[in-house]
Amino acid sequence: MESVVARAGWWLVALFVAIVAYAKAVDTAFAIHMVVFALAALAGLVIKLTGTNYQLATAGFGKLASDESKYDDDLVRWGVILTTFWGVVGFLVGLTIALQLTFPVLNLGFEYTTFGRLRPLHTSAVIFAFGGTALIATSFYIVQRTCRTRLALPGLARFVFWGYQLFIVLAATGYVMGVTQGKEYAEPEWYVDLWLTLVWVAYLAVFVMTLVKRTEPHIYVANWFFLSFIITVAMLHLVNNANVPVDPFGSRSYPLWSGVQGALVQWWYGHNAVGFFLTAGFLAMMYYFVPKQAERPIYSYRLSIVHFWSLIFLYIWAGPHHLHYTALPDWAQTLGMVFSVMLWMPSWGGMINGLMTLNGAWDKVRTDPIIRMMVISVAFYGMSTFEGPMMSIKSVNSLSHYTDWTIGHVHSGALGWNGMITFSAIYFLTPRLWGRSRMYSQRMINWHFWLATLGIVFYASAMWVAGIMQGLMWREYGADGYLVNSFAETVAALHPMYLLRAFGGLLYLTGGIIMAYNVWQTIAGRLRQEEPLYQPEYSANADRPLTAVPAE
Amino acid sequence: MSTHSTYDALRHFADSWGLAAMVVTFLVLALWPFRPGARKDNEAAANMIFKDEDDGE
Repeated sequence: MESVVARAGWWLVALFVAIVAYAKAVDTAFAIHMVVFALAALAGLVIKLTGTNYQLATAGFGKLASDESKYDDDLVRWGVILTTFWGVVGFLVGLTIALQLTFPVLNLGFEYTTFGRLRPLHTSAVIFAFGGTALIATSFYIVQRTCRTRLALPGLARFVFWGYQLFIVLAATGYVMGVTQGKEYAEPEWYVDLWLTLVWVAYLAVFVMTLVKRTEPHIYVANWFFLSFIITVAMLHLVNNANVPVDPFGSRSYPLWSGVQGALVQWWYGHNAVGFFLTAGFLAMMYYFVPKQAERPIYSYRLSIVHFWSLIFLYIWAGPHHLHYTALPDWAQTLGMVFSVMLWMPSWGGMINGLMTLNGAWDKVRTDPIIRMMVISVAFYGMSTFEGPMMSIKSVNSLSHYTDWTIGHVHSGALGWNGMITFSAIYFLTPRLWGRSRMYSQRMINWHFWLATLGIVFYASAMWVAGIMQGLMWREYGADGYLVNSFAETVAALHPMYLLRAFGGLLYLTGGIIMAYNVWQTIAGRLRQEEPLYQPEYSANADRPLTAVPAE
Repeated sequence: MSTHSTYDALRHFADSWGLAAMVVTFLVLALWPFRPGARKDNEAAANMIFKDEDDGE
């Protein structure tokens, strides 16, 4: 009983603090965010007070003893639903801003709907909302299965999951209101950063405590990747967001780092967000879901360990390649380039490890659409980790930097690798978590696969052409020594490429909507009656002994 | 120590002993699963994910 009172008391304190901060707020955005905080605290308080079994609580049971013989999958179920939701939202905002670039009138002349505010909404929705929710959900699923123990600290785990969703809501609403630090992928302001720090430390605690209570002697390699993702993101987040607020009740702050140091810290953060959030975390999914779906162990466990340590030791140095030909010292630029090129080896080792897991089971690419998605995902991991190091080479970068080639590269990695592995994880998890024999429709998975793949092809090829054209037009000098093209001329030349890119985005979004429908129907318990994707060929007429036929 | 000499000492450490220590640590960690007799452990680790085929439901 005391613990119920104490915990309800904490929610009440949080509610009170949020209301005071709202009253003292110096700007509107901060006030609105404190209302969001207050509503979250109120929700926590109501759930605590109504969700408690008071008869058991007064009888001396602080909380119901959890059933240690079952995995704790509630949050994973919520994670599947919310990952699907955020995915569709993120792709929709992406399509919107792609159309805004094509037809500027779609900015609507309204500050809340301009490209500048919607762009971080898109990047954060897909990376942090779609990707982050998928990472938290799959890490909770995988760590339990591979440690063969129930999730530790269940209350804290709920705080992690819902606290992270609150972070997403605060970040997203902030961007629309113009609250930003102006740092790419680290846009949320200081108070949202503090909240995320709290959530992230709790995440680390839940994950490590589950590892500690494992019943398997060995920690499976997927957990190594998850753990490195959690620890490194904590480190990156703290260093890059070292900001001083202008006012304790305002939404503005200034960074501790200034000038070129600030730029280096930002891209050390930015590139390792790619390396540890979008690579290590998603590799953990690959190392669990691909072997499980293929029903074969990973091709080489040794190679997975080499892959792990090579990523850890190399990735952290690659950030300066974002600052070629800037005020950053030359040696630091070269260092970033050299380490990026070295990353080719572990990345391709990992790709080979994932693909070769299907050795001897390649027929599943034809018969199982989920395996097909995993294969294309790992293939895109290989392609984008080939393209990235190539673009980090200074002479290539002098052409590609600041052009749409970079955008194309990011999307071949994000849509191809991160998107496809997440979709296949959702298709893997949904029937298992809701106790269904399979997804509602296998054919819809196949449709999703082709729509998404074609979407990426349209997107990436349009951006390659656009980027190289842009780069060449920018550097074109005439005989008189003046630049040939004005900036506006390059923008006009890009128009058809932008249309093609938006079309690719539309295909990708359509695939996402089909997935949402499929997941929804599966959860509702329906199975679509449909022709199987693959049937062995059989002809009754041909299935008989050959008899001698007399010559005519 | 002045700022400059601190910087100087740190950078000399970084490209000599610091670098050597990192390389050695990396090699030990990466080569660890290749030690003699580790094959059985690696195979067991790779297959452990199939122990709970009913997914605990």
